[in-house]
Amino acid sequence: MKKIKITINDKPYEVDDGQTIMQAADKLGFRIPRLCYHPKLSIEGACRVCIVQVEGMRNYVASCAYPVSGGMKIQTNTEEIRQARRDIVELILDNHPEDCHTCERDGVCELQRLAHLTGMRHRHFEGEKKHYDKDLSSSSVVRDPNKCVLCGRCVRLCSEVQNVFALGHAHRGFRTVVVPAYNMPFKDSVCTACGQCINVCPTAAFVEKNFTQELYPKMGDTSLIKIAQVAPSVRAAIGEAFGLEPGRTMELQTVAALRRLGFDYVFDTQFSADLTIMEEASEFLERLQGKGKLPMITSCSSAWMKCVEQFHPDFLENISTCKSPMSMMGAIIRTYFAEKIKKRPEDIVSVAVMCCTAKKYEAARPELMVNGLPGVDMVITTREIAWMIKSAGIDFVNIKGENFDEPLGLSSGAGAIFGTTGGVMEAALRTAYELYTGETLMDIEIQDIRGLKGVKVGKVVMDGKEIRVAVAHGLGNASKLLDEVRRDPNKYHFIEIMGCPGGCVGGGGQPYAGSNSIPLDEECLKKRAEALYGLDRSKTIRRSHQNPDIQRIYKEFLGRPLSATAHRILHTHYQAKKPCGIIPRELQVR
Amino acid sequence: MSRKYSITICDGPTCLHKKSKELESAIEQCLKEHALTDKVRINLSGCLGMCGKGPILIVKPGYTIYGSVTLGDVAEIIEKHIIKKKPVARLAIEEDHLYNRFFRIFGDVNFFGKQLRIVLRNCGIIDPESIDDYLSVRGYEALAYVLTQMKPLDVVEEVKKSGLRGRGGAGFPTGIKWQLTAREKNSEKFVICNADEGDPGAFMDRSTIEGDPHSVIEGMCVGGYAVGAQKGFIYIRAEYPLAIKRLEKAIADAKAEGFLGDKIMGSDFSFDIEIRLGAGAFVCGEETALIHSIEGHRGMPRPRPPYPSVQGVFNKPTLINNVETWANIPVIILDGAEWFKSIGTEKSKGTKVFALAGKIKNTGLIEVPMGITLRSIIYDIGGGIPNNKKFKALQTGGPSGGCLSEEYLDTKIDYESLAKVGSIMGSGGMIVLDEDTCMVNIAKFFLEFTENESCGKCAPCREGTKRMLEILTRITEGKGEEGDINKLQRLGKLIQKASLCGLGQSAPNPVLSTLKNFRSEYEEHIKEKKCRAKVCSTLLGYEISEKCIGCTACKKVCPTGAIAGIQKSLHVIDQSKCIRCGACFEACKFNAIKRI
Repeated sequence: MKKIKITINDKPYEVDDGQTIMQAADKLGFRIPRLCYHPKLSIEGACRVCIVQVEGMRNYVASCAYPVSGGMKIQTNTEEIRQARRDIVELILDNHPEDCHTCERDGVCELQRLAHLTGMRHRHFEGEKKHYDKDLSSSSVVRDPNKCVLCGRCVRLCSEVQNVFALGHAHRGFRTVVVPAYNMPFKDSVCTACGQCINVCPTAAFVEKNFTQELYPKMGDTSLIKIAQVAPSVRAAIGEAFGLEPGRTMELQTVAALRRLGFDYVFDTQFSADLTIMEEASEFLERLQGKGKLPMITSCSSAWMKCVEQFHPDFLENISTCKSPMSMMGAIIRTYFAEKIKKRPEDIVSVAVMCCTAKKYEAARPELMVNGLPGVDMVITTREIAWMIKSAGIDFVNIKGENFDEPLGLSSGAGAIFGTTGGVMEAALRTAYELYTGETLMDIEIQDIRGLKGVKVGKVVMDGKEIRVAVAHGLGNASKLLDEVRRDPNKYHFIEIMGCPGGCVGGGGQPYAGSNSIPLDEECLKKRAEALYGLDRSKTIRRSHQNPDIQRIYKEFLGRPLSATAHRILHTHYQAKKPCGIIPRELQVR
Repeated sequence: MSRKYSITICDGPTCLHKKSKELESAIEQCLKEHALTDKVRINLSGCLGMCGKGPILIVKPGYTIYGSVTLGDVAEIIEKHIIKKKPVARLAIEEDHLYNRFFRIFGDVNFFGKQLRIVLRNCGIIDPESIDDYLSVRGYEALAYVLTQMKPLDVVEEVKKSGLRGRGGAGFPTGIKWQLTAREKNSEKFVICNADEGDPGAFMDRSTIEGDPHSVIEGMCVGGYAVGAQKGFIYIRAEYPLAIKRLEKAIADAKAEGFLGDKIMGSDFSFDIEIRLGAGAFVCGEETALIHSIEGHRGMPRPRPPYPSVQGVFNKPTLINNVETWANIPVIILDGAEWFKSIGTEKSKGTKVFALAGKIKNTGLIEVPMGITLRSIIYDIGGGIPNNKKFKALQTGGPSGGCLSEEYLDTKIDYESLAKVGSIMGSGGMIVLDEDTCMVNIAKFFLEFTENESCGKCAPCREGTKRMLEILTRITEGKGEEGDINKLQRLGKLIQKASLCGLGQSAPNPVLSTLKNFRSEYEEHIKEKKCRAKVCSTLLGYEISEKCIGCTACKKVCPTGAIAGIQKSLHVIDQSKCIRCGACFEACKFNAIKRI
């Protein structure tokens, strides 16, 4: 890379050519304030917060968009640019509700931070503010345009990363607003409920549909049995909400805290992940022997399922019929476990603590009901449960850890890695290999399908038969992978797709990025994933079929994988959906 | 009757409004009655520029111009001029007699005397829907010449040498733009004609296309050849149906004649043009927003670099010029850069088309050489201010421009000089304001437009113009506060220097330029709650003078009962009750009520 000489704030530096002013400044330790910029998204240049002065230029320059060049003289912190930046942030604030102390994001809001660091102490230009109704229609994501600062991150994320195109700008000028197509209720739009808009939103223009207030009365009802299940990646991220570094596993503390909150039983979704593997691996082997379509595609990710139904109905037959681990756990609680504790299924409150917003949508899907009851009554995200723990005054960081309850609390390492991209595939192969060959797969960690590359491919040889697998995370990567399969239907045997970047560890319900971090930071996602891989390594049982409680439930209740009982309560089917606003593939502008 | 006559009817927007369409049918009807249909040809012309005197008819040969023609005049014109061969003196527009190179004499009209029509050279001369007419005025000769005699880079050199600058507003040297696009190594390139004329009251591009569509097409073909593009887009707003219709016909005719399409005129150069319609957003005139719109996205600008010459439509190198720029190209090729360069000032060459409007006798479309003074435009071409009113300001450059006071009237028009005195050339809007105009109100008017047309992408423009408009509104409503002028200046400078695109960067110009040149009017509004032009209604008071005969009409309409008085005696307004609605002023038939 060619080196060039520039000055920043009158000091000379040598930097690489071919980067933006912001990139060069970042590396030199000048963190220019910013708002609409996000490293994973295209350059918008909209907020103008990151402006700097460049000698010889009439106007200020958006440092996120402007390339450095040799001899460039940059000022990032003169009185003039400080005032301009401050005024821009004020203009944004002047059209933003002044309700920080009642806002969901109070304290973890990028706009609040910007106001602080630009030194906003009074307002000069206040006037009319925008006023819109909140869109509460979706079961997962609440849209509040009043808090929107029009940075466009959600729009870019939804189109560029997720390829869903649920959001766009409408109207002009002061009346500009981010809306779904035709300003329809969110629930009728193409939104897959992945919640990534929440993750990238700097304010609270998108938040999850909060169920905590509906949960409290149930927690107080002594006639009900309160059962929680905890998704794998919740434990890998919840610590961040309490100020801990990303990647610290808080598994046992979470269990302890949930008991303190009043749950009678705390089960592990990793247990039902093992159950999913039993069913899914068996289904895969059936398909491999000609009973069903290949490649088989996983169905654990709820956002992905809505995405398939809307955008890729031609792949519905390829989708595994297995319910997600959350829904399997819900089904087992309502049947097997209710019977075991001799309670009526309707007397159980089934709560799922998830890293995911789309699971709220999944829980409400009628086709997943078991004997007329939803498997899961309520889904609470990592953020919501962290708030409940704080609100209850539980000392989460220092609490003494406790173990999950039997008989649905014991899991293998395979169940743990479900929470990260490639994990389901790895877990499934560990079991499928043994079911197919009768031998144990010794090389248990399949490195090719780990990591944050958008589409990963790998292969395993089972009894001389080469099994080609592919893994995609993020719905945009999923589309790319499916296009590849459309061109060559025999290319892969088995495909794992997760709706969120990084898999569940990057879910739409995970803690907000802290003050020194950015949303969807790859380093953070890697650390969360590493926490789950660490859990896997720490277990003696690392294959789902070796989990003794899994073996027991088949013996006592389900019979064998894909049995009639298993099909009735652990499997489902998906149907093509046509919500308004879907652009036919051939007309899409990319 | 041995001679063949032709009657050209102006169908520019103003003449259409003044019933030129009805005139056309009346003439047809009258010719039929006299069995002259075969002997007289009727043409439509596109805007001739003399909007103030519309509807306009030109009878050729002889080029007699008739103005303000009514349906009742048709029979007289046919019977006297066509049959008896005696022009109707009563209707002819007659002023000083002047010639110039490009404009044949249209009667003897001073309106055209100081003009130099290069871009509008064929407007009103030829039938815009006839490719034969265009060919008869050396049409497509420039294209033939470059295809046979010039290498692409020679064409770029020639345009560079001519000193032509972008007529869309910013005045970027056209030749440099061509060079930047030509040097990109990419097998696929595009050219775009920006016909998204968005300034309120501007109709330069529309008239050029309506009057002479082929010159734009020819210009684009030459540009396509020079930079190595295979395809052109004309981006035009859907609200210009006549221009679109004429472009469609012109493109079809040019294709049929082999001036567009594969291997043009037997050369190796293939070029096609497609029309893309815009929905009429002001911001889509900004090149990157326009490109997004062509691509099918929402029309919002993006940061530059990369410039369109490197990454334009569909990420391919793209040469984008405005209608007026394109229409200059065939002339530059035919008459040479040297000749073109001889017109204009040191840094601004050629001519500029302006839409002259406001408080001026001759409103309309004019084309003048660069370097002409503003005074000459207003008083020689425009005929001065009507009703013996005093000149107050000249607004140039549309909503992105500024207001110049009398002291700047001797400024010679070019890009630099206008910028130096705080306005811009812009795309060519020119509005004359007289003493009855309130400068705060006019600034508010323009800001209302930009605030409304802001695309909403960048914060300074979206939020800042809104706040500036709020401040201006409260000043005009008598609620201005100490410090408001400073706030306007602070916001204005911020929006200028921090906005993403040219629209935002120029949005505060009307406010900043009036603050510079007419600051005392702002101060009067804020401190004395007074509007000297008597425009801001809430700052006006009403008073009943001696002329009052006591008819009680004002008393009856007053909504607050502020007027007291009995029949046949002088009435009085109670100022504490008056809400300054102006109803009494409208009701008084005796001019007894005065604004104070």
